[in-house]
Amino acid sequence: MFVVETPRIARKSKPGQFLVVRVDERGERIPLTIADSDAEKGIITLVIQEVGKSTIRMGVLREGDTLLDLVGPLGKPSHIDYFGKVVLVGGGIGIAPIYPVVKAMKYAGNSVVSIIGARTKELLFWEDKVKEFSDELLVTTDDGSCGHKGFVTDAVREVVSREPQVDLVVAIGPVIMMKAVAEVTRGPAIQTIVSLNPIMVDATGMCGGCRVTVGDRTKFACVDGPEFDGHLVDFDELMRRRKMYVDEEKTALQKCRLNHVATQHTFRAEHKG
Amino acid sequence: MEEWKKHKQPMRRQDPHVRARNFDEVALGYTEEEAVQEAERCLACKKSPCVEACPVEIDILGFIELVQQRDFLGAARKIKEKNALPAICGRVCPQEDQCEELCVLGKKFEPVSIGRLERFVADWEAANTETLAPERPAPTGKRVAVVGSGPAGLTVAADLANLGHSVTIFEAFHKAGGVLVYGIPEFRLPKAIVQREVEFVKSLGVELRLNYLVGRTITVDELLAQGYQAVFIAVGAGLPYFMNIPGENYNGVYSANEFLTRSNLMKAYRFPEYDTPIKRGKRVAVVGGGNVAMDSARTALRLGAEHVYNVYRRSRQEMPAREEEIENAIEEGIDIRFLTNPTRILGDGKGWVLAIECIKMRLGEPDQSGRRRPVPIEGSEHTIDVDVVIMAIGNGANPLLPSTTPGLETNKWGNIVADEDTGKTSMEGVYAGGDIVTGAATVISAMGAARRSARAIHDYLMTSRK
Repeated sequence: MFVVETPRIARKSKPGQFLVVRVDERGERIPLTIADSDAEKGIITLVIQEVGKSTIRMGVLREGDTLLDLVGPLGKPSHIDYFGKVVLVGGGIGIAPIYPVVKAMKYAGNSVVSIIGARTKELLFWEDKVKEFSDELLVTTDDGSCGHKGFVTDAVREVVSREPQVDLVVAIGPVIMMKAVAEVTRGPAIQTIVSLNPIMVDATGMCGGCRVTVGDRTKFACVDGPEFDGHLVDFDELMRRRKMYVDEEKTALQKCRLNHVATQHTFRAEHKG
Repeated sequence: MEEWKKHKQPMRRQDPHVRARNFDEVALGYTEEEAVQEAERCLACKKSPCVEACPVEIDILGFIELVQQRDFLGAARKIKEKNALPAICGRVCPQEDQCEELCVLGKKFEPVSIGRLERFVADWEAANTETLAPERPAPTGKRVAVVGSGPAGLTVAADLANLGHSVTIFEAFHKAGGVLVYGIPEFRLPKAIVQREVEFVKSLGVELRLNYLVGRTITVDELLAQGYQAVFIAVGAGLPYFMNIPGENYNGVYSANEFLTRSNLMKAYRFPEYDTPIKRGKRVAVVGGGNVAMDSARTALRLGAEHVYNVYRRSRQEMPAREEEIENAIEEGIDIRFLTNPTRILGDGKGWVLAIECIKMRLGEPDQSGRRRPVPIEGSEHTIDVDVVIMAIGNGANPLLPSTTPGLETNKWGNIVADEDTGKTSMEGVYAGGDIVTGAATVISAMGAARRSARAIHDYLMTSRK
């Protein structure tokens, strides 16, 4: 988890938006969802999962270190409004970006049911933060080490079947999870918004690398999204496209000989400018 | 006339077989002797039609005469009076359609190679002197924000700084130069040269703010509210077009923008030394007939492709790419398929490109552009096996900035509506120029628009009450 000092981004950041980070001179541009922001303090919070060379390199940064480049906020903000009863779902690393949506939906007067889940207890975080702005919080873990044993999808199914009326579902997390949530809500035709995370380069609408099929149209997730109607997204295509550089990622990881133990740590990284 | 005066002094280039496998610059430039001899070919016409054809009004005769006198530094300064980016323009301007097209010598023989001389002079200055910034004029106290650091942005910034205004450029990327750094490849325009010319513009007192996406990080209205009396928008044509044919979202299909940005800006051609990956196709098809298509095809070749096709729906005559670039591409072994148009992209069942299906075309009646319209020949469908496809069929206006700037008028294609002579938009104090106004065009036309707009902005700043 990173707390980054970047007043110019913190000032403008809204729920649902992301930014692009470049860690060092030879680094990639990687998109990361903004998990929290504080305009007054000029800080934003990022939560990363160390899965590739760039995120592992971010993981070895220490308090006071500087990120080379940071641009944002990017993408369209979430549509925050009064809907009535909303179900907000964060899976795994998606717990972080669902948090600002939870907060904003609560402030907008909605009745908020939050569902967060992870593989196991150690990977869960922010239960308290999410709970603070939720009328009800359901927690799931795949192995049952915390909360209900099962997937967030199971909890969504339960809520949808017991509530007489659900007006909106927002799901953020792994592609497979968002696809599953969208399947649950398709039958009862509950509007379902998902936040997509395809491969991006510039993230400003210039490269088209992040194109996704929504309905029968191709959209650029970076500028048309990242949020789309979950019932219209071609998730299978998205999963395929995210694997475009699997071989290259292995090569990069082999080159990256960092004797690094993945840990969760909080620190401040400053960003110049 | 002596025989040597009839023809351009040839410029040395890397051998096609060698250069097709490296990213070093293809053209090697003139030596001093070659440059002086080329300059001697100039007829020194009193009317100098070449100057009239130069979008930035370089005193061409003036600098050529200085080359004849071997005053190369003087020649560089002469050019820089009008053009802050001579090493770039000498390389990428379509001189054959501008200054050299109107060269009187060119009516009977080959025109003077003005572009190569411009390049020589700029390179000579960089190699032999510390680039000196001209003396700064007295500050006017006026502040201007320039959005985008491509050819138009750099030009307007240099011009306004030279007039005493305080200029800040806002660039979305982590590096300045716009299309000069993300689009045009190293082998045609070395990035060190772009960097040098960006440094020159900074030496004029221009401030550069990177990683600022105007429209998101800050809006045009906020810039005006923060005390910038004028804003110049030069964000380029950054929205890649696709053909909307089946299979375009298969893995292995790129927009030219993405392919070139990965290779040029992110240095993916040096992966894994640099982190950004790129698919190195064995058999690559590039669709389109412009300079961007040539750049993409030649980049794919240098990344190690065994066979690179260039698929273009019209014939060579209509090809918008510069003649020189088409020749370079053919010499290097690019297989250009004229009068051929893709109909769909075939996948391997796992989401990866397997082949591109094309149809043969013939030329019909002229269309709006005056070029004969290509018409498909029924039953001529055929497939070409490829593992990477690059769509280089043009770019439109990125809607991001206009959509976050209420009151800024755009046309039906999303281009900003701006006066041709001044760049004035529908908003007071807001000007625009380059590809965001005209649609994708050339580096030099963007610079020309910026030059004209700089004058208008100067007039506005000096007369407005704000």
